[in-house]
Amino acid sequence: MDAESFEIKAYPEMWKDLGMDVERFDKMRLMLGEIYGKTYLTQKNRPDRMVYFDGMIAELHGGRVKELLAAKAEGRPVIGTFCVYIPEEVVIAAGGICVGLCGGSQGSIPDAEKILPRNICPMVKSAFGFKVGRVCPYIQVVDFVYGETTCDAKKKTWEILDTMVPTYVMEIPQMKKESDRKMWLHEVKEFKAKIEELSGKEVTVDELTKAVKVMNDKRRALQRLNTLRHAKPTPISGKDVLLIEQIAFYDEPVRFAAEVNELCDELETRIAAGEAVPSKDAVRIMVAGVPMALPNWKLHHLVESAGAVIVNEESCIGTRYYKDLMAEDGQDMETILTDLTTRYMNIDCSCFTPNDERIDQVLKEFRESQADGIIHYSLQFCHTYNIEEIRIREACAREGIPYMFIESDYSPEDIGQIQTRVEAFLEQIRD
Amino acid sequence: MFVGVDLGSRAIKLAAWQGGKLVDFKIKESGFEPHRQVQEMIQEYEPCSVVATGYGRHLVKEYFSYEVITEIKAHSLGVHALLPEATTVVDIGGQDSKVISLGDRGQVVNFQMNDKCAAGTGRFLEIMATSLAYSLREFGPAALASDREVQINSMCTVFAESEVISLKNRGVPRQHIARAVHASVADRILSMLNRVGYGDTIAFSGGVANNPCIVEMVRRRLDNVQVIVPDNPSIIGALGASIEAARQDVKA
Repeated sequence: MDAESFEIKAYPEMWKDLGMDVERFDKMRLMLGEIYGKTYLTQKNRPDRMVYFDGMIAELHGGRVKELLAAKAEGRPVIGTFCVYIPEEVVIAAGGICVGLCGGSQGSIPDAEKILPRNICPMVKSAFGFKVGRVCPYIQVVDFVYGETTCDAKKKTWEILDTMVPTYVMEIPQMKKESDRKMWLHEVKEFKAKIEELSGKEVTVDELTKAVKVMNDKRRALQRLNTLRHAKPTPISGKDVLLIEQIAFYDEPVRFAAEVNELCDELETRIAAGEAVPSKDAVRIMVAGVPMALPNWKLHHLVESAGAVIVNEESCIGTRYYKDLMAEDGQDMETILTDLTTRYMNIDCSCFTPNDERIDQVLKEFRESQADGIIHYSLQFCHTYNIEEIRIREACAREGIPYMFIESDYSPEDIGQIQTRVEAFLEQIRD
Repeated sequence: MFVGVDLGSRAIKLAAWQGGKLVDFKIKESGFEPHRQVQEMIQEYEPCSVVATGYGRHLVKEYFSYEVITEIKAHSLGVHALLPEATTVVDIGGQDSKVISLGDRGQVVNFQMNDKCAAGTGRFLEIMATSLAYSLREFGPAALASDREVQINSMCTVFAESEVISLKNRGVPRQHIARAVHASVADRILSMLNRVGYGDTIAFSGGVANNPCIVEMVRRRLDNVQVIVPDNPSIIGALGASIEAARQDVKA
């Protein structure tokens, strides 16, 4: 596939059946295809196995959606998500599918701002705008949207979104005390009942154990990928790994894990041959902070265009999604659900207080990834990450780690300034 | 000959460096096709090696494959060459403001840059001066001469302008409003200085360093800190770029 001719495939008939704004969506499709071509397919020395993930983007608006429609026709539930707190194992055990919804694009924000306040997180606005503008096929397909209470903008937006698409909200605790763990276990049980009701299928110990294995395998594949990219020199660009981490949220998990493992085999060969992307002496940057939802490639593109390489994403679309596995040998439902609760409570989202684990985790990933510096990336109006940034900054100062903080949104207007800051940060590391 | 060019949002600056010192400089308002302007400005120094900085750096890199460095590195090099005692640089240009903490070799240790709006920049002062019917040259001295400080609360250029208009319409004398505008920029710089840390000697650079009121207000807000302004502060970025050209020559 080359940059010029790359195109995301069109499925106008299917979009029409899904009640979408076909004309507008088609323009967005062309634009995204062009951006993808320029951002991704102009990269030099990409691993061959990236072809599968390029294909996932080419089929972003069709192929995968068709699979979801086929699953629905068989009576399998399809759940739209925006957060790593969704207990995916429970959904899979009921034969269901989780799909991460669109929320990373500037294009849908004007739609959202017709209703929502302007001064809230761009991810929430973008996601909401996709429904308002009818320009995301995935949100048109889902049985319900899984919402959670990880931030104020989200939890209040769910109330409005619920009038357009059924939105099920799970309460995520804000602390990690024993009472919070009990509450979360209770929430998981209620969610299981909801899924069983929707699918008309009981979640058995057997099915749940299989689902745990599926998710662990997927997470293990991503862990393997992340460990391999930590090699020095790194065998794969940060942009490519970010793309895979983004695709992880909408691809079929078993197929996805197999493809990631195939890619990892290739990366092992590359490492043995000493192949470097982009060059042996490229400055290595670790990114920490908020998730970068597809197609938010803004920071990675700027950093890698300046000759550096990103070697880690400490983020929900990154290690926070796959760093923790769960026990696979639970004998009864109560034990498995308790293990599951424990696994999810290990996620160190900034919505928790205190959240010291995250500070330690950032430092740990910095060492493991052999990075030269950290860029903390936050979205505008994301209060919890923006404030927790202070603690990360202090920790980096203590450890002598070169550090920079970037707060941005999805608009292109600050690209000049961010480019200057990124380049100056790289100069600072090199000098 | 080593030439540094700084393609800023308001002006293009050139500095010529030879035998370890600044031998010439030029400042030209930036028009269209800044790369053509640069080409013309450089002509008389040929043959020379050129390093570019400023917002237009990538444009001239594309056309003439000059080496480029960021304004942050350029101002650090320029200030360190002229004022080696400086521990911190405050660079306020037309489009952005930066505070840079320097190491003992003049290298960048840490820096802060304003967010994606005109708040606290030369552009902000320019818009406010226009709104109060001052020329840029008069604006700083007029504010400095005022003995009363009213408050402007908004740092957003658009909202601050409406505050200025409402103060005007309450009959507040314009020099007091001018003073308030300068105070709001000085406060902004102070908060950036506090984030980065500033040592004992702060050097101003960039076009806004020509405004005596901003410099004085920052000076008054700090205890036991020397605040200095080099001659021709607008060309410090270009100077730093010319020094980088000389350094790269040594490395090569």
